Amino acid sequence: MKKISRRSFLMAAGISAAALGLTACGADSQSASGAEAKDGISVAALSSAYVEKNPAMWDEICEAFTEQTGIAVSKLTLEKNLEDVIGASMQGGDYPDVVCLSVGRPAGLTEQFVKDKLIADITDVLSMTIPGEEETVGKKIAGGFTDNSITNPYGDGKTYLAPMFYGPCGLFYNAGLLEEKGWKLPTTWDEMWELGEQAQAEGIYLFTYPTAGYFDTFLYALMYTVGGPEFFDKATHYEEGIWDTDEAKLCFEIIDKLASYTNPKTPSQANNQDFKMNQQMVLDNQAIFMPNGTWIAGEMKDSPRAEGFKWGMTALPTVKAGEAPYSYTWFEQTWIPKDAANVDAAKQFVAFLYSDAACAIFAKAGAIQPVLGISELVEDEYSKEFYAIYDNGAKAAMGNFAPYKSTAGLGTVSEVFLEPINALVSKNLTRDQWVADIKAASDKMRENLL
Amino acid sequence: MKSDKRRIGFLLFCLAPATILFLVFMILPTLNVFRMSLFERGAYSPTETFVGMSNFVTLFGDVKFITAMQNTVLLIVTVTIITFAFALVFAGILTREKIRGQNFFRIVFYIPNILSIVVIAGIFSAIYKPDSTGMLNSIASFLSGKTVEILWKDQPMVIVSIIIAMVWQAIGYYMVMYMASMSAVSESLYESASLDGAGRLTQFFQITIPLIWTNIRTTLTFFIISTINMAFLFVKAMIAPGMADVGLSFMYNQKDAGLYGYSMAAGVVMFIFSFALAGLVNLVTKRDVQEV
Repeated sequence: MKKISRRSFLMAAGISAAALGLTACGADSQSASGAEAKDGISVAALSSAYVEKNPAMWDEICEAFTEQTGIAVSKLTLEKNLEDVIGASMQGGDYPDVVCLSVGRPAGLTEQFVKDKLIADITDVLSMTIPGEEETVGKKIAGGFTDNSITNPYGDGKTYLAPMFYGPCGLFYNAGLLEEKGWKLPTTWDEMWELGEQAQAEGIYLFTYPTAGYFDTFLYALMYTVGGPEFFDKATHYEEGIWDTDEAKLCFEIIDKLASYTNPKTPSQANNQDFKMNQQMVLDNQAIFMPNGTWIAGEMKDSPRAEGFKWGMTALPTVKAGEAPYSYTWFEQTWIPKDAANVDAAKQFVAFLYSDAACAIFAKAGAIQPVLGISELVEDEYSKEFYAIYDNGAKAAMGNFAPYKSTAGLGTVSEVFLEPINALVSKNLTRDQWVADIKAASDKMRENLL
Repeated sequence: MKSDKRRIGFLLFCLAPATILFLVFMILPTLNVFRMSLFERGAYSPTETFVGMSNFVTLFGDVKFITAMQNTVLLIVTVTIITFAFALVFAGILTREKIRGQNFFRIVFYIPNILSIVVIAGIFSAIYKPDSTGMLNSIASFLSGKTVEILWKDQPMVIVSIIIAMVWQAIGYYMVMYMASMSAVSESLYESASLDGAGRLTQFFQITIPLIWTNIRTTLTFFIISTINMAFLFVKAMIAPGMADVGLSFMYNQKDAGLYGYSMAAGVVMFIFSFALAGLVNLVTKRDVQEV
């Protein structure tokens, strides 16, 4: 305790960041090799669920890269809390050459690099030939992945973030339950509400979500659903009056209505500690749908489940019958810090990530690179089914809210749009108040657009 | 004369490492916090702009910060009072009364203190589970005879959940501190008091409390500082983001939003707040030292 209060006392003094980064200082002492450019590049990657599946994934990639190009990888940082580990040394000006870390993480490190324009322009990587192959990077990456608002955050036609492991997102459910009860999978929101009533009568809730943060992909897909790419574009650029349009009102109405059909236990478990219990509700038939990604089958593979359980995934229901549904394409990103020591070698590395050799190594761990013809590499049953969603008629939705200059008193996108959904479900916040808050924040975001 | 000089030299030599470390790792960063609160910059951006007091002006108009400070004050007051009462009573019982397994209880009470916050968050996940399999809910169901499903980690119970967990975590530490000073109180005092007809309660309030008062004063300062810090860890580890932020978690979130200067401004306010509060408590609890 004494030790704790001493350490936490430092935090009270306002340097919590430094305190949390203490581990980093220790681990990083040997990494001051940034200057020795010819000795190889340093790579920092998030240790995600894929790495759990194949712990040697990144080592194999680095080895294959060195074998192909002759450029050594002098240091590989692979951490679950990558932000804490590399954050402190980056503040001190020591950057890894390649960072594999996506936007949308709680610590928002990549977002901060985007906002501060500290990421190297990698547009030229697209015209580079993939090491060991004939094809250029740009030709091999599937359409849409390098010209969306995530990879080209400033809307100037330049690519800054390289798209990585992708997967369709949508609503996940127990297909066995629907079969057993003879319920039809809803294709429109009206059918969705009907199913909600039917299920409620049997004591099953229509909806749950792991944490409010999982609404990001849901909200994006919903914006496409109600108003197509045009509305999505305007909304994600906070256009004036956009939240008063019929499309926006429909968006809010659907989320609000969904909140009323949500299992009331959800918000109390919608934290990093308990979110799996919310996912468990789907396995236990306490809720039917939840927004999630293709990793869910692997993430919950050891959990107990209701008899006859079978994962199903569907795109978002449409507003009118007969419209094509949208499924958000979630993908991770890799980027090069602008001030990295070996930007050119790092670009080679990024280009190599799209080679057949690299794609095969990634695919072994279930990580699917967004390159053409990758579907042959998808192996297990569930993934095959999930990745087939676009072949079955769903349209791909991509992009995110445009970055704006961080402004004191103005929350993050997650704080403004997503986190209040918890309170919406527990009825501590009304839809009107939520919308009013969004409008006020959206005005400020527009003023501060990058 | 010569040996005096050498003595001073030796003393300086001995003091230097601690002083230098303290300067470099405590004083300088703290001063830097004050400086940075006047600037705006991202956590990773090398450029910074001087904005004067504008961070503070925004801060005091920021509803989120005001809510966070309200939560902080609520936690300081309730956690301190409850922990303080329980720790004193348990310490009194364990030192004064002859009960079987004293040492066992001592260890049991102290264990929460050495657990890491992640473990505590895991334990309380099971305790606060919202359905009837959660420990608190099943106890409540058993007592009331009907199914109770309190959503502990949702509004409005979430702050109560934090308070319970923090009290549970802190009792042992303060109990051990009070036990140490209570066992130093001379046995003869209690003996003569009981000869005079004083009951156990009177003894506790008339002898024990006044004689360990210095210790209590010190721990009150600890309470304030550790509650401010521990609340941050509990909030971060246990509940959904944005549900019940406290001062330091607000500060931390601003850093993640890329507002380093704003975050440091919140840090400055917390710094001054905790020092002022500790000073105030020290002043209010000042008594003449009782010695026997």
